[in-house]
Amino acid sequence: MRKLLISLLVLALVGVAAFAQKVVNVMHGWPGAQAPAFQMIVDAFEAENPDIDVVVEIVGRDRPTILATKLAGGNPPDLTPHPWIGTMRQWADQGVIVDLTDLVDTSEINPALVPIGEYKGGLYGLFIFPNVKSLIWYNPKQFAANGYEIPNTWYELLALSEQILADGGAPFSIGIESGPASGWPGTDWIEDIVLRTAGAEVYDKWVNHEIPWTDPRIKLAFETFGSLFDKGYVLGGPIGALTTNFGDAADPLFLDPPAAFMHHQATFIQGFFNDHFDGLVAGEDYDIFPLPTITPKATPDGSIPLLVSGDVVTVFNKRPEVIKFAQFLTSETAANIWSSELGELSAHVNADPEDFESPITRKAQEMLLNATVSRYDGSDLMPGEIGTGAFWSGVLDYISGIDLDTVLAAIEAAAQDAY
Amino acid sequence: MGDHRARPGRLKRIAHSVGLKLIRDPAGAVVRFLERGAPGRLLLRLIRSLVRWFRSVRWRSWSFVAPALLLIGFFLVYPTVVTIARSFFGRGIDLFGPNVEFVGLTNWKYVFTSPIMLTALRNNALWAVLFTGCTVGFGLVLAVMLDRVKYEKFVKSIIFIPAAISGVGVAVIWKFVYAFRPAHIDQIGILNAIVVALGGQPVGWLLERPWVNNILLIVVGIWMWTGFCMVILSAAYKNIPKPLLEAARIDGANEWRVFRNIILPLLAPTAAVVATTMVVQVLKIFDIIYVMTNGNFDTEVIANRMYKEAFLFNNYGRSSAIAVVLLILVVPFMIMNIRRFAKQEGGR
Repeated sequence: MRKLLISLLVLALVGVAAFAQKVVNVMHGWPGAQAPAFQMIVDAFEAENPDIDVVVEIVGRDRPTILATKLAGGNPPDLTPHPWIGTMRQWADQGVIVDLTDLVDTSEINPALVPIGEYKGGLYGLFIFPNVKSLIWYNPKQFAANGYEIPNTWYELLALSEQILADGGAPFSIGIESGPASGWPGTDWIEDIVLRTAGAEVYDKWVNHEIPWTDPRIKLAFETFGSLFDKGYVLGGPIGALTTNFGDAADPLFLDPPAAFMHHQATFIQGFFNDHFDGLVAGEDYDIFPLPTITPKATPDGSIPLLVSGDVVTVFNKRPEVIKFAQFLTSETAANIWSSELGELSAHVNADPEDFESPITRKAQEMLLNATVSRYDGSDLMPGEIGTGAFWSGVLDYISGIDLDTVLAAIEAAAQDAY
Repeated sequence: MGDHRARPGRLKRIAHSVGLKLIRDPAGAVVRFLERGAPGRLLLRLIRSLVRWFRSVRWRSWSFVAPALLLIGFFLVYPTVVTIARSFFGRGIDLFGPNVEFVGLTNWKYVFTSPIMLTALRNNALWAVLFTGCTVGFGLVLAVMLDRVKYEKFVKSIIFIPAAISGVGVAVIWKFVYAFRPAHIDQIGILNAIVVALGGQPVGWLLERPWVNNILLIVVGIWMWTGFCMVILSAAYKNIPKPLLEAARIDGANEWRVFRNIILPLLAPTAAVVATTMVVQVLKIFDIIYVMTNGNFDTEVIANRMYKEAFLFNNYGRSSAIAVVLLILVVPFMIMNIRRFAKQEGGR
């Protein structure tokens, strides 16, 4: 009798478990247009797997804090896309994230992008949502009206800047204010310049702190960036750059008459100015060209080095349904939803630039596919104290007029502590 | 044979009597047993004093206090102790987790020698002096002056409004006030709009280190908290018996002397409580800085640094040391405040 009861109970439990939906908790930080696009990917996954329920939590602000707290409390999400490669490596060292090497098949991800999620022989991040950073945005109509041509070298870029200046305009609009994250757009400039003046090898050493911040090659990159200000190329000068929010910084290109002619920013910035101005047409009202090479020695093959960023997917729990969702994110279905809905780049191995409607996305995708040298955003690879601390405030200090040697020594002191 | 039988009989009797004693008077039996040796007597004395203490404790009173004590112990004392201990260990979050080795005074050395912490300590000192002085000073002046204004309640409500806005909201508002646009673009910040209208060049207010930007940030705090000080001081002012002031005036004292020699001494205890509250407020100032400059351009403060070290840099050891500094700085003012408050309550 008792045996019968127990077996009935066990059967009941098994039955409940079989009918209960399996849940995958996802946390992401895309409050804008990306959120509905990601939801469409989730819907497509749930349609294929009716037994799995993907619960999405959107955390727009202070996500690192919330995630760190959840992790400390032993309650992280199952999976999260994030750009903090440096932090991800710390997690890997602490053993709180899943090594996906034998769990997820990465054959559908662009092979050039896979290594970005690798660390100490394991695979901890799937680079699925890429962004290209080394872009200069310009207004083709204004360029045509003034007879300006797209520069192919750094010297052509400087010559163009001189010409714009002589014509009474401001060559660049730079905005590095970003609330508590102020400084990061400046770090992108420095990183791009390091790749172009010192090369990828030095870049890697710099990011891993194998060379000090006071190294002359790093100093040169800061000075090259600073020279844009010294020569009066920047709208509003140092104060303009320090007080302009990154999201508003491209707007001067679209004023009539334009207050500035060029803007350095990643692909995502089009979302901002399209929000601020109605009826802008990609390819007609705005277009991109890559930030040209500077020192031929730094890029021997002559190709333009590419700075990329974006979100990698990291998994905290290796339940089969979580892995299944992670695998789905690498699929062509997911990649197509993402790029067709948002005009965002695709990390899929079969992504064909010709498929993209927007000429901007097409160009950026071509750059992503063709780049022989591409590097992930250095500030995201560095430990938090540097990448989101001393480097940010160092750039702000330098632009605001503090002596460069002092700035670099301060970052170096923090780096000695952090690495 | 008889002997042989008698022995167990006697043992039985002894056992019986001991057993009886144990049953009839167990405590007495144990006591008598213990009194036989010195260690026993010592133990006995200890037990007796324990019993006496136990009887003297007012268990009913304690049972009322116990829940509060438990909560304070769990949510205040325990975290404080752990944080203090934590400040001597490495960066990891969990005291018993990975990356948490004993590092001695390393974190403390950072707190008192690193340039950024020295800046933060200096700024907090600047805040403590300027912010406290101005909020209490303006609050006092407003409380006394507005007493004579016809629309007193209305004006006081307006001045109090900023205290009802969240710190982040206030910071966002003032970020607009100080906003900068290059000279040939329309200014959106009122301060620069005025400067430009008067023919000047726009100024990057929050970038003018180290004095202008810090003082302008302190102005934001003053704007926010003056109303609060005014309301409390105004209530105290209204409690001053009016005949006292009239008597002074009849005796020929002018308004300044009335203020200086009668109003001020009577308001002093309240002003002291308000001032200590403001100092505590200023030591933990965070929101205005976090939103407006995030501590860049030499505007760092202790609490913002603590937040950064913990949540951005994941260095909980260092963050704990900063937290303890904050605690140590706040404690004397808290004690002063509580003492003053108790004195005032007792006097009533």
